[in-house]
Amino acid sequence: METYFDHAATTYVRPEVTQIMSKYLEDEYGNPGSFHYKGLKAKLALSEAREKIAKLIGCNSSEIIFTGGGTESCNLAIKGLVKAKKKGHIITSSIEHHAVTDTCDYLERHEGFEVTYVDVDKDGIVDVDKVREAVRDDTILISIMYANNEIGTIQPIEAISKIAKEKGILFHTDACQASGSLDIDVRNIGVDMMTLNASKIYGPKGVGLLYVRKGIRLVPLIHGGGQEKNRRSGTENVPGIIGFAEALELAQAEKDKESARLVELRDYLIKRVDDEIPESWLNGHPTNRLANNANITFLNVEGEAVILLMNEHEIYVSSGSACTSKTLDPSHVIVAMGMPYEAAHGSIRFTLGKRNTKKDVDKLMEVLPDIIEKLRGISPVHLKMEEIR
Amino acid sequence: MIDVKAAVHPDVKAKVDAKSWFYTDKVRDHFFNPKNILKTQKEASDYDAVSHGVGEVGSPACGDMMKIWIKVDSDSDKIKECKWQTFGCASAIASTSIMSEMVVEKGGMTITQALELKPQDIVERLHGLPARKFHCSVLGDKALRAAINNYFFKSDQKDRMIISKGAEIVDKILKITDKDIEECVLEGAHDFEAVQKKTKVGVQDKTCIPRVKELIEFYKDKYYG
Repeated sequence: METYFDHAATTYVRPEVTQIMSKYLEDEYGNPGSFHYKGLKAKLALSEAREKIAKLIGCNSSEIIFTGGGTESCNLAIKGLVKAKKKGHIITSSIEHHAVTDTCDYLERHEGFEVTYVDVDKDGIVDVDKVREAVRDDTILISIMYANNEIGTIQPIEAISKIAKEKGILFHTDACQASGSLDIDVRNIGVDMMTLNASKIYGPKGVGLLYVRKGIRLVPLIHGGGQEKNRRSGTENVPGIIGFAEALELAQAEKDKESARLVELRDYLIKRVDDEIPESWLNGHPTNRLANNANITFLNVEGEAVILLMNEHEIYVSSGSACTSKTLDPSHVIVAMGMPYEAAHGSIRFTLGKRNTKKDVDKLMEVLPDIIEKLRGISPVHLKMEEIR
Repeated sequence: MIDVKAAVHPDVKAKVDAKSWFYTDKVRDHFFNPKNILKTQKEASDYDAVSHGVGEVGSPACGDMMKIWIKVDSDSDKIKECKWQTFGCASAIASTSIMSEMVVEKGGMTITQALELKPQDIVERLHGLPARKFHCSVLGDKALRAAINNYFFKSDQKDRMIISKGAEIVDKILKITDKDIEECVLEGAHDFEAVQKKTKVGVQDKTCIPRVKELIEFYKDKYYG
């Protein structure tokens, strides 16, 4: 039996979504741009999906650009906006997803833009005052995530929205991790641009959207057939978008009930680890975090080894260890909280999902204490928590 | 142990090999069933008291740390036992394990043979490591050299100590030498980023970065003109 605790990486596609998508894969497969009934049917379905999402996030349907996923949406928001402005200053945080940090880094290195990376506190929450302090006369964009993908901390984006409005700066948020459990109505959270995707909320991979408030001009990244009002060319992924709309609707409808269930399960996992495994601690704020995220450091072990030993029990998790990253750098998020590298190497992320139950956590706890003990036994490193934190 | 091939959906026709799973079967084997390992802190401290030489490289901040203990038969100059502990990922654990096996098999390597052991030999016996995990084998090799040196020191054979024998230690924390940089360049790592990927040089000891860059240029020039 597989036990999947990596829902922040991606989720399965729920059957309601697969079912509705299959109609648009097999039968209504037309190209919305075609000048015949087959195309028209796809076009109508697409516009229905767009309307549905617009209602869910409280915007006009013309303010939605469908893309090929969260990364593309973040790229479009940031590059598309700053390129329209030619030059200026960007504010982001030190714990963003690589889709945002690497985009900002690219603009800084190659396109002459300046970037300020605002720090987070020891709980992994962006300091609103530091955002305010970072604002300059030439600041053109603030991009700060709604909820963090590694440690699950929920950021004060309403307060940051206020600062942005006050100073007349545009504000983009990457809400990919948030849409399963938080309010994503743009009228409530006050953002100018918002990235969402389907693959974290039991929808298909490779589908995302960017909400762009009316009147904001973006330079397109992809040129071609002029789809999405010329802002994102390429034949629309009709089945994907329809699946996305369905997944988002279900996620938002179920979010309160499902979050409450997940919080209970998450806290059960955290408590059992805390009770049964010494020299371990929860990373990120204890309560101001996503319902499904528990990120825990196990001192004196290395995350990749933990992943692989759990893998043998068909328990799937992820880690902020350098060994699991392409760059051999440990998690920038854990380090940004002021934790030493040692803490990042031993960090394991458990992200729960709809199908997880208490039984799964019990199965995890049957093997995890032994795995940690075994790896600590063979480790020549014997740091103590108080030396490290 | 899960059979990797069986774990893949039957409709997936692509060849399932080391690249699909990241590590070779040999690495998996040594990761799950490490040889010559000291399993607990107690075993390590007991063995520490009776071993003839001990060497340690790496740091927990870098994510890899290895400690190697050896026992040497002074008459034949052969390494009879090689025990170890490792903090690190699967490839670090497997590299140390297979190296300990190589050192003591067939009656044990002589010290001279052991000093000739290269990271590439370890990688070969593991049937390959991903490029960015190559540094794990370098670390294993370093730790063994450190243990041999410590044996020379403790057994009053200081004339045989080899640290300074032509090798300049550039990274003081990982004990990476100019020879390691040379090997990396020969293996196709032609800029600092590529060399760092292989060896992790300069990740913690940042003071060595200018010297490493200099060495890369020197060896590139020497071998590739």
